[in-house]
Amino acid sequence: MSPLPTPEDFKAQIEAGVPGSVVTVIPNGSPSAQHSLLVDNDHARAVALFLRDHPDLRLDYCSLVTGVDWLDSETTEKVKVKKLVDGPDGSQQETEVEETRKTKRPGYLEAVYHLFSMDKKHGPVILRLRAANRTDQTNIPSLTPVWRSAEFQEREAFDLYGIVFDGHPDLRRILMWDGFVDFPMRKDYVPPADDPLAEVHP
Amino acid sequence: MSGTLAELESIAGPGEIMEVSMGPHHPSTHGVFRMDVRLEGEKVVRLKPVFGYLHRNHEKIAEHGAYLSAIPYTDRLDYLCSMTNNWGYVLAVEKLAGIAVPERAEYIRVIAAELTRFQNHAGLVGFLLQDMGASGTPLMYAFREREKILDLFESLSGARMMCNYMRFGGLRVDCTTGWLDEVRQLTARLPRFVDEFENLLRGNEILMARTQGTGVLSHELAINAGVTGPMLRASGVNYDIRKVDKYGIYDRFDFRVPLGDHGDVYDRYMMRILEMRETLKILEQALRGIPEGPIIDPKVRLRGLRPKAGEAYGRIESPKGELGFFLISDGSTNPYRYRVRPPSMINLTILEDMCLGQNVADVVITLGSVDIVLGEVDR
Repeated sequence: MSPLPTPEDFKAQIEAGVPGSVVTVIPNGSPSAQHSLLVDNDHARAVALFLRDHPDLRLDYCSLVTGVDWLDSETTEKVKVKKLVDGPDGSQQETEVEETRKTKRPGYLEAVYHLFSMDKKHGPVILRLRAANRTDQTNIPSLTPVWRSAEFQEREAFDLYGIVFDGHPDLRRILMWDGFVDFPMRKDYVPPADDPLAEVHP
Repeated sequence: MSGTLAELESIAGPGEIMEVSMGPHHPSTHGVFRMDVRLEGEKVVRLKPVFGYLHRNHEKIAEHGAYLSAIPYTDRLDYLCSMTNNWGYVLAVEKLAGIAVPERAEYIRVIAAELTRFQNHAGLVGFLLQDMGASGTPLMYAFREREKILDLFESLSGARMMCNYMRFGGLRVDCTTGWLDEVRQLTARLPRFVDEFENLLRGNEILMARTQGTGVLSHELAINAGVTGPMLRASGVNYDIRKVDKYGIYDRFDFRVPLGDHGDVYDRYMMRILEMRETLKILEQALRGIPEGPIIDPKVRLRGLRPKAGEAYGRIESPKGELGFFLISDGSTNPYRYRVRPPSMINLTILEDMCLGQNVADVVITLGSVDIVLGEVDR
């Protein structure tokens, strides 16, 4: 097993190899230390081809493709801020005040690709592609033209999460039936009431 | 990818294309699985697998429960190989939470996983021959040996098929010395079964005529399509996760990875026979080296495990290919994202490529050689 470059080296290597691409390293806090690389959607396929065909990397095997649903979230943190406060004698004084700040992060859908190399026997290298939001702009480019193994798995992410993979040759539902409307793996999915009599006696 | 009815008829002539829906309940479809096949005469010109009949949203069920409560559900993925499913999942959790496993537990895991591999391969060969029309005999030979292995699983874990045996950090219960002796006795007998099985089948003219040159898969396509397990190695690609990742204690055992030349159904069948022999080698070494000691780290919190926020992908070489589990933790007691990498489903990606241009009768044996279990394909 030949060693892989660090995520930061990867970022530099990809950005040099694919001009214009933007790669962000997403650190992973767990002991597994499997850090991932967020790639911008416009260059995703070029980056994938670069990683697959690079003579030292040869990431010829895309093992796992999966969708992840990130809901809108709000994080609150307490920050100490210096503020000018009117003192008792009328002059302004600088004192430290604790403030709660709320940061809103809009939700989005994400596709995660785990890449390995059968040739060099290394991996995983983890790519992430993000859609703009969870509602109307859920498109990301399909990597099926690069790795055929993504074909069924991207269909599954479309089926269960509603991620639309642009350029996928055959994007249909795969596990749910064709007439199904919702996306059951989303975090806010509400299953229909499990009442066999509901249809008979509404 | 192409192959609309109009396109196919423009080549073959109007009315020359016949559409057949194979399944969902033909006995040799290995479960509730359907193939939409278009035929020109007997020749397959298009084939689309249709599945999902057994879909129960396994991943959502696991995301709703604690880390521990997903283990019995993994038994039901590939219901022939619950031990390896358990191992794949607990390996991912161990990576996510940084848990070490005691030595004795690692050995018992290897023994359980290799016994699973043996009975899966034996069963698969039996089913494959059943698909080919050898009704009964090879399957019953395989099931006779499988029964002995299931008896061992029952005395180890209390269940024959849904073992629910492994835990992150180790195992649920220890095995007795008597159990190890029974495994030793069985392992000593099994090579004779493999010889008998191989002699019964290998030189059989009908088997060779039906399987050699059928369902050929090139190694370039196999790699690109993410095919794993014996199917990949039948196409001549040397990639066995036991050798590549050396998870558990597989670096201590001396075994070889058999490889095929042609990537046809016959090679895939031979691959299973050869892997059964290698499996017995591993079993012998593991039974010789197993130490005394604890089987689980007592400090591991099985209930209420809360790994740090982060993610991990753990994978093992299951009998069917690369079985992986991808977990994202948000610091709570449930996994935020739980994903199975099902080898059976991904190995189906190239079913159409293998079947195009073949006779319709060969579709069934090509499918049989893929080794799918619908509990895992549909999840």
